Amino acid sequence: MATEPATELSFGDPGILASEDPRDRVAGLGPWKLALRRLRRNKVALVFGGVFVVIVLLSLSAPLYAKHVAHTDPFKNHLTDQITINGKLTDVVAPDGVPIGPTWHGRFLLGADGNGRDVAVRLLYGGRTSLLIGVGAAIGTVLLSIIFGTIAGFFRGWPDAIISRGLDVLWAFPPLLLGLALGTALALGGLKIGPIKLAGDSKLIPILIISIVQVPYMARPLRGQVLSLREKEFVEAARAMGASSRQIMFSEILPNLVSTVVVFFPLMVVQAIGLEAALSFLGAGVRPPNPSWGTILGEGIHRIVTAPHQTIVPGLMLVLTVLSLNVFGDGVRDAFDPRAKVRQG
Amino acid sequence: MNDRKPILEVRDLAVSFATDEGVVQAVDSVSFDLHEGEVLAVVGESGSGKSVTAMTLLGLTRTSNVRFSGTAHYRGTELIRATDEQLRSIRGKEIAMIFQDAMAALNPVQRVGKQIVEQIQAHEQISDADARDRAVELLERVGIPRARERVDNYPHEFSGGMRQRVMIALALSCDPHVLIADEPTTALDVTIQAQILERFRELRAQTQAALILVTHDLGVVADIADRVAVMYAGRIVEYGSLDDVFYDPRHPYTWGLLGSITRMDRPRPKRLPTIAGVPPSLSNRPEGCHLRPRCPHEFAACTEIPELEVRGPAGPGVVEHTDRCWLTYERKQALREITPGEIGLGAKELV
Amino acid sequence: MGRFIIRRVIGMIAVLFAISVLVFAIFNVIPNSDPALRLAGRNQTPEQIAAIRAQWGFDQPLYVQYAKTMEKVFSGSLVSYSTQTNVQQEIINGIPATFSLAVGAALLWMTVAVVVGLFTAVRAGQFSDRFLTVLALIGISMPVFWIGALMAYYLGFKWHIFPNGGYVPFTKSPVQWFYHLVLPWTALSLLFIGVYSRLLRSNVLDTINDDYVRTARAKGLSERNVLIRHVLRNSLIPIITLWGLDFAAVIGGGAILTETVFDLQGVGQYAAESVAQLDIPPVLAIVMFGAFFVVFMNTVVDIVYAALDPRIRLS
Repeated sequence: MATEPATELSFGDPGILASEDPRDRVAGLGPWKLALRRLRRNKVALVFGGVFVVIVLLSLSAPLYAKHVAHTDPFKNHLTDQITINGKLTDVVAPDGVPIGPTWHGRFLLGADGNGRDVAVRLLYGGRTSLLIGVGAAIGTVLLSIIFGTIAGFFRGWPDAIISRGLDVLWAFPPLLLGLALGTALALGGLKIGPIKLAGDSKLIPILIISIVQVPYMARPLRGQVLSLREKEFVEAARAMGASSRQIMFSEILPNLVSTVVVFFPLMVVQAIGLEAALSFLGAGVRPPNPSWGTILGEGIHRIVTAPHQTIVPGLMLVLTVLSLNVFGDGVRDAFDPRAKVRQG
Repeated sequence: MNDRKPILEVRDLAVSFATDEGVVQAVDSVSFDLHEGEVLAVVGESGSGKSVTAMTLLGLTRTSNVRFSGTAHYRGTELIRATDEQLRSIRGKEIAMIFQDAMAALNPVQRVGKQIVEQIQAHEQISDADARDRAVELLERVGIPRARERVDNYPHEFSGGMRQRVMIALALSCDPHVLIADEPTTALDVTIQAQILERFRELRAQTQAALILVTHDLGVVADIADRVAVMYAGRIVEYGSLDDVFYDPRHPYTWGLLGSITRMDRPRPKRLPTIAGVPPSLSNRPEGCHLRPRCPHEFAACTEIPELEVRGPAGPGVVEHTDRCWLTYERKQALREITPGEIGLGAKELV
Repeated sequence: MGRFIIRRVIGMIAVLFAISVLVFAIFNVIPNSDPALRLAGRNQTPEQIAAIRAQWGFDQPLYVQYAKTMEKVFSGSLVSYSTQTNVQQEIINGIPATFSLAVGAALLWMTVAVVVGLFTAVRAGQFSDRFLTVLALIGISMPVFWIGALMAYYLGFKWHIFPNGGYVPFTKSPVQWFYHLVLPWTALSLLFIGVYSRLLRSNVLDTINDDYVRTARAKGLSERNVLIRHVLRNSLIPIITLWGLDFAAVIGGGAILTETVFDLQGVGQYAAESVAQLDIPPVLAIVMFGAFFVVFMNTVVDIVYAALDPRIRLS
């Protein structure tokens, strides 16, 4: 009585599953692979991610550029030098203090600053410093946030009370203001806590300052997540199996925090780079004569009336870096939060 | 009831959504009539299209990726293609909806009295004080104690059953001609369910409003429905009066639904009866009768979709009893009793 | 509600105390140098240093130092040794400019952000949405002092459309006051417009599909009514609180950079100049008051949030 069932059937027929293209089967892929797949489909984010990587590579190649293309270093003053532009011999820095603009050649590609230094060389070295501080501070924030957030969220009780109050207090300070306070206080004598000794102009000081300033922004969400994770059944199950608190923290809680950290990280780097620029601009970050985008912009803005290119070019570089990281960070966030795609309309 | 003119006539309603996975046909050739004071139960599993049908009547499914066909005539206005302004004047005033989850359906930061007043004032010129009095009266009518105080409470300050009554009060506030209740008791526990149903019965007696009751709970249907429409995979597969559908079911899916009701008056079965298999994906429906993959009685003719037609003798109900199954009436009578006196759908041998 | 307020105020006072301790620690405990030397600033004399040491109690236990420091700050007798001026007086002089900048910018960015946010949410996925989102992203990526400097240079110095910086008190000339603040307001707002419009867009898109919005439509309310009275209102609630916090943060942060670039002589610029001179007393006072203000606004915002969203009062 029954004839061959039609080929187009419901899920009830296991034959269907075998014929599906394995790439399209979503079941069985872990959240990481899913997120990666979504990220790969997001062309815009990938392009900007690539731009960021290019900028990083350029900055890291600063010493090469300085040696082989510009034939100088970021600190050398060419105040009294003269170079040939279009056949004419010109002062690098004119007698009235106005430096030359972009030459679009190997030496002084983007011109010189008030001290006769090669702007392009300083820009690349500055990028190196700024990116180093930005990424370093973000890593510092992540580490501190994971530690404090997990302890507070997992153990609760008085560790949580102390840490949460501490975070509240830190959070009360506008980030720039706190950075200024710390930067000013540490500028003269550096830092000395037990065996740790940092000189006043060490690059680790801005990294440390910015790490600490950003901790509340990450520690609080992490703490919240740990709070809810510890109530989940798989933690209960682990405990029932006899796992110790430490084991549970490492095997159940921490892995689940990773996706939050990954989503937050680009944002932290962006904020750190911005903070470094602002702090250095005001004189509480990277100490001169070390170049960073902040100090270069500071010098440029002081001379904006006579040499606007010194402000425009470094600024554009900073904007491009931050923008590309922002777009990429957005892409990462969308990849982990599929609801966001629905909101695209 | 036969000679009462229908206030709502739905003809060949079809609703489809364009999604990433293809076109989802949520509702397909759905037709029914609704008369004044009548209760029509629309029954089916999740995904059968019953909620989409109900919401489409009020234009609540108009998104950017939807396609409609068919008509729904309400007292001279065609709802599917109605303008926003036409819909706006009908919603709440002529046709009102009671949603399933009252906690989500009520604005959490607005007092319930204000929410009722808002609906009244959207359709009538009435002072704030008068509207508020009416809100209090409505709350009393649905059985909320101390209504005068509670009218200023927020939704989260009510228990689940009370919240649902607030939703009912809201729906009744403009004396609509048609009430659509989308699974009104699903989110409630059984005792509260009984109370809400009692409310509905009282309201039926008091008002002339017709009710479209969307549900998957046959117990609720048996309690208050006049007519029943059974939906599966977007189509109505059986339609008739309550007695006809319950005592003379003419579609295997209905047999399956009836068979899966657990009965207190029979010995406990070893396993709960279910319908084997799962509902079809609405973007990829099987050719022919949609139940084919799960129906143990399928045969050659089933590759063609049956029309919704009368396929048996007229029953005691005054309404046409239609269904979509090619089996002859005699075969149906034989096949539907899996054990004597017990209607059900046997399991199909799945590959 | 009353109990809620009292609880919050008590919490606020506790945090204020902790802040004062932290600020004290930052300047007088952590660093690796003689605090008296640091305080004395650039042009020090040995007599000055000795006097400072005595006044601030650096040869006494920490808690005495703390007490003396707080006494100086709150009694208005805090003095900058480098510039020989009274810190509190300088701060008071700078407040009008800073507040004008902050309040104006906050109003500007909130208005524009609500409009842009709502617009892009309603048109989600369409070209205008994508375009404005890109603009917002660019806005977020620009350092405020850079764009401010460029604006001051081109629109002020070169093309003379706006004044080239400076601040005119409102009492002296409202028109000039406004005219001088247009560029600073814009520069400061750009970043926040970017952030808030995207935040609002995201909130609106979340809310617009919520069930109670569907109920509002089913009640027969007009689409505009639904959008404004239900969607917008509920989406704004979390944003209003953020706005209150950022307003305080602006006073403490972004204002510093904007004032410096536009030479507005406000508290922020005072802080920046003190930082550049490594002149500690003003920095200490401003940092502490800045944090105090944030905590105060935090408490106010919490109370406002509870008033707007009754569910919060239960916690």
